[in-house]
Amino acid sequence: MNKIVSKKQLSDEVFKFVIEARDIAENAEPGQFLVVHQGGEGDERIPLTIADKDVTHGTVTLVFQTVGESTHRLAKLNCGDYIAHVLGPLGTPSEIEKFGHVVCVGGGIGLAPLYPIAKALKEAGNKVTIIAGARRKDLLVMMEENSSVDPDIIICTDDGSIGRKALVTEPLKELCETGSVDRVIAIGPPIMMKFCSKTTEPFKIPTVVSLNTLMVDGTGMCGCCRVSIGDKTKFVCVDGPDFDAHLVDWDNMFARMGTYKEYETEHHHKCHIDLHIEEGKA
Amino acid sequence: MNRAKEKTEIMKNQDPEQRIHNMSEVALGFTKEQAVREAARCLNCKTKPCVSGCPVGIDIPAFLSYVAEEEFDKAADKIAESSLFPRICGRVCPQEKQCQKECTVGKMHKSVDEAVAIGRVERFVADYQSEHSKTPVKPSVKKTGKKVAIVGSGPAGASCAADLAKMGHEVHIFEAFHKLGGVLTYGIPEFRLPKEIVKKEFEKLASLGVQMHLDTLVGRTRTIKQLMEEDGFDAVFIGSGAGLPNFMNIKGENAVGVLSANEYLSRINLMKAYDSSISRTPYPKAERVAVFGAGNVAMDAARTARRMGAKSVAIIYRRGEEEVPARKEEVEHAKEEGIEFMLLNAPKEILTDEKGRVKGVVLLSCKLGEPDASGRRRPEIIPGSEHIYDCDLVLVSIGNASNPLISMTTKEIEVNKRGNFIVNPDTLETSMKGVFAGGDIVLGAATVILAMGQGRKAAKGINDYLNSK
Repeated sequence: MNKIVSKKQLSDEVFKFVIEARDIAENAEPGQFLVVHQGGEGDERIPLTIADKDVTHGTVTLVFQTVGESTHRLAKLNCGDYIAHVLGPLGTPSEIEKFGHVVCVGGGIGLAPLYPIAKALKEAGNKVTIIAGARRKDLLVMMEENSSVDPDIIICTDDGSIGRKALVTEPLKELCETGSVDRVIAIGPPIMMKFCSKTTEPFKIPTVVSLNTLMVDGTGMCGCCRVSIGDKTKFVCVDGPDFDAHLVDWDNMFARMGTYKEYETEHHHKCHIDLHIEEGKA
Repeated sequence: MNRAKEKTEIMKNQDPEQRIHNMSEVALGFTKEQAVREAARCLNCKTKPCVSGCPVGIDIPAFLSYVAEEEFDKAADKIAESSLFPRICGRVCPQEKQCQKECTVGKMHKSVDEAVAIGRVERFVADYQSEHSKTPVKPSVKKTGKKVAIVGSGPAGASCAADLAKMGHEVHIFEAFHKLGGVLTYGIPEFRLPKEIVKKEFEKLASLGVQMHLDTLVGRTRTIKQLMEEDGFDAVFIGSGAGLPNFMNIKGENAVGVLSANEYLSRINLMKAYDSSISRTPYPKAERVAVFGAGNVAMDAARTARRMGAKSVAIIYRRGEEEVPARKEEVEHAKEEGIEFMLLNAPKEILTDEKGRVKGVVLLSCKLGEPDASGRRRPEIIPGSEHIYDCDLVLVSIGNASNPLISMTTKEIEVNKRGNFIVNPDTLETSMKGVFAGGDIVLGAATVILAMGQGRKAAKGINDYLNSK
């Protein structure tokens, strides 16, 4: 049982919760995630990213988008309510050391888990450049936090509502061309991560992506999250979520992520009706 | 009157045609009359060969005598001296390889199938007591003031916890999932082990004063060191299970529609996907299913697939009938349910369609050669024997590797090259002082009862360790 101590709606479909989780706060490191289960006999286990932590108060911050029934129901909870089950921190922490100049690319809610990584990289003595991208202005999250790491944060939106009207790969390519980039980290929608990887590949710049595959238990027991990395099979929940972007078999990952597409679409639509939520809202 | 010369009683099962459309328990158990008659077949051998075959050492002839006299409560108490979970063991133990294998009556009839059906009588006694008797009272034992952490609430952890609680120690179980029971909950299906029974058996643990902590992944949420140095635990038992499903490293194994049996069973058992009225977890719907492997988990996966609507399900196994490792009753039940056994077949490749979905598997025929290190005859590939089995779902059930989480975060614990914990065989203590381990994390993939046996052995080791401190 984890109490929600703060709730904020960041956009139509994105929420930020601060929850009590002393053990998780104490042990979480950048790049790790949680699994949440809402306590009902038929509830599902959903992986969510950790956007921040506060060891003194024993809290962690979650940022999530309402992409299905469970996240919609989660969004209905309020400050003071409890989440029945929160398991974490899961996954192998991101590699934090002094690399030199690191470019951190965050897309949409990927900007949330990007923040603790970017912050840790800066603290480790790296020059950190952040590229923040989203479809439109209101879908950019944790901008204040990310700007505190990189005051010159580069902003891109699809519709040009703020920053450059461009995909994140444009400024990424320009930076790669300067020859000053030692490492790239990309977190966001899978398609964005794939194209960031394709962008840095010709420059042979080590690139890390944080994968967000389907999961059930999140502890290595089921293998639902497995991906092909080079010629090896890896589990995102234990070996990842961070992987060498240039070794990821993206087509296979996309296909696997679409395994239950029909079910998910149908249930998402049904839950909008059941919970009386307008499409595109939460 | 002794009935050893009589044939064993036939246990009633749900009709195969009916049961493939439901998730209810297949084996219906003995009636009272059957249990009494069956118990009366025991010869009460002085040497008790059956007891030596039982990993937890239940005094089998003693409890059978009570059953024959219709003293069911006394029989239950006798079992309880050695086993905390007889309702579970009576259902899932491979008795034909353990107690019943050693039974003199079976030997007399020249067939292990005619041994005294110890497991079925055990099940009857435990069910009968659960239905008719008062709840067991909390034993008043002198508290030792020592605290023990148990990692994992599966069979090893639960039986270790029970013994330690009875010895007067303060016991805390840490479970990663949102439910207790480990493999008893996520793995073994409802039709073989009803979850209501698991729940009730675990209530016994709570009544012994064992404290349960869900959603705690030791190694991540708390490390072993934190438990011992900050949280005040005097000893730790690790029974975290094997927990990392093996795949085969063959082409196409990450295709859409290839699942570990663990995943398939977890979706359906733990997440209740079989009940679409409540479940929010999807499962892969399929017409033709190939299951790789022939252990108990493979049988569970195959029979579950049949219940989830698959028209045909095949067990694909590279060895022969004799080598099939699953419990005999499960193999028989699987066959009755129309599961096809494609023995002496080894998977070579998984074929996919243009969308990356499974459409079939390429198999190679095998023949049996000389026995290998496991004592089983080694399968040898017959060159040029490639053939295709069409299917739209592949369930991989070829065992589990050790979950590396604890060893990754606790360098003091020595592991072997397979990642299994190395322990002192007598005490089950690891290379880290005060840290003990048992069950699949030590044995590799084994059985429920072997894990329970290890849990009990470790409890003794921990008790000795704490008393000597």
